[in-house]
Amino acid sequence: MATTYRTCPVSGLQFEDQAEKLMRWNAVAGVLWLLVGGITALLVILTRWPAIKLLPADQFYLILTAHGIDMLILWILFFEMAVLYFASSTLLRCRLATPKIAWLGFWLMVVGGIMTNIAIFQGESSVMFTSYVPMQAAWHFYLGIILVAVGALLGTAVFFGTLVVAKRDRTYQGSLPLVTFGALTAAIIATFTILAGAGILIPTFFWSIGLIKEIDAQLYRMVWWGLGHSSQQINVAAHVSVWYLTAAVIFGAKPLSEKVSRFAFLLYILFLQLASAHHLLSDPGMSAEWKVLNTSYFMYFAVMASMIHGFTVPGAIEAAQRRKGYTNGLFEWLRKAPWGNPVFSGMFISLVSFGFLGGISGVVLGTEQINMLMHNTFYVPGHFHTTVVTGTTLAFMAITYLLVPVLFRRETDPAEALPDPALPVRHQHVRSSAW
Amino acid sequence: MSAILPPSERLWWKQPIDKVEWAWIAIAFVWGMIMFGMMIYWHIYGKQNLSNEAYKTTPEMFAAKAEKFVAENTIRIEKGLNGEDIPVAKVPAGGAGYLIARLWAWYPILELEKGQTYRIHLSSLDYNHGFSLQPVNINIQVIPGYEHVVKMTPTKEGTYAIVCNEYCGIGHHSMLGRIYVK
Repeated sequence: MATTYRTCPVSGLQFEDQAEKLMRWNAVAGVLWLLVGGITALLVILTRWPAIKLLPADQFYLILTAHGIDMLILWILFFEMAVLYFASSTLLRCRLATPKIAWLGFWLMVVGGIMTNIAIFQGESSVMFTSYVPMQAAWHFYLGIILVAVGALLGTAVFFGTLVVAKRDRTYQGSLPLVTFGALTAAIIATFTILAGAGILIPTFFWSIGLIKEIDAQLYRMVWWGLGHSSQQINVAAHVSVWYLTAAVIFGAKPLSEKVSRFAFLLYILFLQLASAHHLLSDPGMSAEWKVLNTSYFMYFAVMASMIHGFTVPGAIEAAQRRKGYTNGLFEWLRKAPWGNPVFSGMFISLVSFGFLGGISGVVLGTEQINMLMHNTFYVPGHFHTTVVTGTTLAFMAITYLLVPVLFRRETDPAEALPDPALPVRHQHVRSSAW
Repeated sequence: MSAILPPSERLWWKQPIDKVEWAWIAIAFVWGMIMFGMMIYWHIYGKQNLSNEAYKTTPEMFAAKAEKFVAENTIRIEKGLNGEDIPVAKVPAGGAGYLIARLWAWYPILELEKGQTYRIHLSSLDYNHGFSLQPVNINIQVIPGYEHVVKMTPTKEGTYAIVCNEYCGIGHHSMLGRIYVK
């Protein structure tokens, strides 16, 4: 297949034809799932609002299941595929390895996503995102998620392959750019996350069609959270990469220390998945020693990684701004930042609210004794909406404002775009207080 | 040059780390170690910890033990929300009680005495359920096949509600139970 490149006149980025098309399709598919997830979110809120109480119980549980699956799996995974192709092919100025396999992965994810949604909307699979056994969904609920996972695994394989191609063809000098390195950690976390998912969902699928008699309920919870929580850790690695990307593009910011930032990403790979255990803190099947060791992310090394990124990203922006002459006082660099540009304002709000609301509320929740006061309460949706919505989703939306003019060759008016990054935040504040 | 380009210093791992960055890393590390130490400290000296005692069981075995407990300790019958009869079992002071979680009820109603320490055996006969004691707000996961022995010492008299806070199907929101402390 002939490889053709295009250099974007606006950004100077170089896009390979196939990779660009894959980014567009994956990002658009992701945003469509975000739309479905957003509509279901509205229905959930209108039902939880006592004065309106829109839906009866059965429809509410159905909608809530769809909301969880479409947001936490489909919107985010599709968009992350686009991020992976961008961080490999575009940033390394390299062709995409095996675009045909990337397309196969895309269509598997599309078919799987639709299949799971059909299962949910048929009404026999209102088992929530968590789908704890022995509560059983229809067989195609599980099969759909398995197809999505296989598709995503193919996408990550294409990403790894592209890194190999770039290295072999010497399309860059020295080490990987930091953003690509961050995307690489996301892809590595994605690989073992998806393998954990396969490890539990494939037996569960066989159980749903009657080939396996029983699945241990505690074992299911333990392995399933290897998928359920770790998949959110892919988001963390991905949106932290997006923060660095935004800082680089908007400010020309240089990482304070390549060594520190890369080491922090490495800590994610080593310790983030232990956080899966904080879903099992009030379970009978695990000992207190196991809980303490795991939910401290093994002595909070992954928390330390996020603390580092939360310092180095704004630090790099500050350094770049000060080089430009914004040196008055402590905060002129921040006051004079381009707040009217949604790419920056969205990213910065994402950084602050992920760190202060999502991160801190999560660490508190991960303490065994405090968890007993919060397990399965409204605190929990409050926590994960501040991580997944104001953290990941907002960062991804912000970067969309950068990529839309580049990928679709359209002009956007920043003034027109401005209200949007604030929207999920406002929604989020409603959510955090209502739940 | 920037985060989207390869590091400008080829030997980036040999670049020194700024003092400010070291300080921040040290603060983060020490903070993490304090939190880690607190979890262990609280296990040894804290007054409220989750019980560490659990056994594998089956719904049949657990139901049989619980029924035996109810048969031996029922002191009266009360009406549930839907007019059904629910036995109130008085747990022997300092002894063992059984609480079944099932679609969509907690069974039986337990009666405890203030200041006594009890061993409450907790399990589910069907799906996952969530034991949420209100208004004191203690939340424990209830999993079928696992018998969790929860030690509790009530410190205040009153009527406590047990709410199910793990989604368990269409009747989830109506799954309520009671504990009396006299």
